[in-house]
Amino acid sequence: MTEARASSQTAPRIHIPTPRERLKWFIHDWVVVPLKIIVRNKKALFGFIVTLFFIGLAIFGPMVLPPPKTFVCPSEAPPSWQHPLGCDYYGADIWTEIVYGTRTVLEIAFIAGVITTLVGIAVGMIAGFKGGKVDAVLMGITDVLMTIPGLPLLIVLSFILRNLVANPVLAPFVVGAILSVNAWTGLARSIRSQVLALKQREFVEAARALGMSTSYIVFVEIMPNLMSFIAVNFIFSTIGAIYSSIALYYLAVLPFTAYNWGIMLYMAWNNMDWQTLDAVVGFIILLQLGLFMFSYAVDEMFNPRLRTEI
Amino acid sequence: MHWLVRRAIISFATIFTAITITFFIAVAEPINPIQALASQMVYQYHMSWSEAYSIAKTMAPFIPKGSPLQQYVQYIVNFFRGKLGVSISVATGVPVIVILAHAIPWTVLVVGTALFISFGLGTLAGMFMAYRHGSKLDSGLIVVFSVLRSIPNYVLALLLLIYLGFQLGWFPVRGNIDINGILALKHGNILGFLADVLWHATLPILSWVITSVGWWALVMRGSTISVLGEDFVLYAKARGLPERRITTTYIGKNAILPIFTLLMISIGFMFGGAVIIEKIFAYPGMGYYMYQAVINKDIYLMMGAFDVIIIAVIVSLFVADLAYGFLDPRIRRGGPA
Repeated sequence: MTEARASSQTAPRIHIPTPRERLKWFIHDWVVVPLKIIVRNKKALFGFIVTLFFIGLAIFGPMVLPPPKTFVCPSEAPPSWQHPLGCDYYGADIWTEIVYGTRTVLEIAFIAGVITTLVGIAVGMIAGFKGGKVDAVLMGITDVLMTIPGLPLLIVLSFILRNLVANPVLAPFVVGAILSVNAWTGLARSIRSQVLALKQREFVEAARALGMSTSYIVFVEIMPNLMSFIAVNFIFSTIGAIYSSIALYYLAVLPFTAYNWGIMLYMAWNNMDWQTLDAVVGFIILLQLGLFMFSYAVDEMFNPRLRTEI
Repeated sequence: MHWLVRRAIISFATIFTAITITFFIAVAEPINPIQALASQMVYQYHMSWSEAYSIAKTMAPFIPKGSPLQQYVQYIVNFFRGKLGVSISVATGVPVIVILAHAIPWTVLVVGTALFISFGLGTLAGMFMAYRHGSKLDSGLIVVFSVLRSIPNYVLALLLLIYLGFQLGWFPVRGNIDINGILALKHGNILGFLADVLWHATLPILSWVITSVGWWALVMRGSTISVLGEDFVLYAKARGLPERRITTTYIGKNAILPIFTLLMISIGFMFGGAVIIEKIFAYPGMGYYMYQAVINKDIYLMMGAFDVIIIAVIVSLFVADLAYGFLDPRIRRGGPA
């Protein structure tokens, strides 16, 4: 808005937007256009609905349903009106367990996604912007971490940190942090190469020639160009975190603190309880597919080139 | 500096760093290996604690002593002499290097075959879709591949094991080989032995191929579509080059280059995933031993398995890099890699 005010002195008839107009534009940009994009693209619509369904389930499900209890129905009873997905080996309602599991699975995935994205952005931005020795050191660390295979590293780390994970309050944060240990490397590398490319562009050079501060250049000039990329990467890191967290709980290397799909998988497998296993597997695939399809929608929403078509 | 030498130095540094990290992670957790073995014997053979402890104490000479730094120097020196210590509780008294030497070929067999098949099938399918992009067949295949891509490999492994293994009994449910294969080998029936090995490896390989083929296909589709619009493709068509030459040399080779970098990332992912797939099928590869070691608190086996998995990944990356250098001349000239 600084440009608008500066030019209004020379050209007094320029229109300065009122707060009401700004609100209208904001709603148009962030509500109307995204919804139009989602409705137009069938895959994106599917992903959006599934993602919303799971988020709703995680937030409101535990408020409505009482916590799962064992021996409320016969062991491995088939689906019925009271128990839509049937009962597990211990006579607990599978649907209730799935709902309570959704909350912990999404909690861990969200925390891991946020940490992964923030670290990736920070490392990539600093490396790309500073260049020189800082860049060499940061990218050296990134390359080493990138080649260490993820799952074995996670298993060793969770084994070491299992006392911290056993604390039910800390658990989602610790697991989230463990899962992001080397998940950020890919994002950092791509952000760095994008920053290197953007640094050479005219608008960044112009901002620098005007004497703008580094933080202004980073957050106002460069960041908006990377938003679509970052948002899609955030979703992919939540998908990766769900994959790994359920794997870690299934392998029983993390202590059981709350209801989790991985623990359900582990129990069902040990009791050869195929009904529970099929239900959990179905929900895992649905969630992963929904998030993957949702990434199409996010890509279109944040991508200025695709937005103009609306 | 020659790009190969630089790459070799980086690989070596990575291996060294990873070994250091695992060592200090393992030392940070004060586990008394003798106690771990004794408690395992109590659990497994129902011995009394004092009896188990006195047997476990015979392992004492194999356990390094001294400050963490001394232990670290000793571990590194021994590591480069090929000594990784002795397994405490998974296979008591057996040198870790012997266990791992028996495990590596099985993991390489399964992971290598799966990677080869899924990469081949996926890239072919992706190119096919790209040529028909926008058609009904293309959008149908996108949905199919997106679903396959969203299935975690261990989830599919569980399903395959339950339905094709336990319920239909078409495939063995555990292990890498059974008595028929061993007998076949004894009688000099190599084909029978190989058939048994492949029969056992089918489900692990399938669970990787089915879940990663969609990923390759979708990535290759995008890459091919972006090449299709290039000027040199149009020019080649205008020159009247045969269609086959354009698809293989002009489009195929250029579309597969960016995919090749992903191949490198996927190698690490698959070797890592071996831990859970091999655990599910009780397939005695590196991942299986790594998992057993963590569960049984067998520190030296755990560190050894982790180090060997890292070395396997880094060596594969190095080989992939070599191949990439031959595919893309820009890398050889030491351009921005």
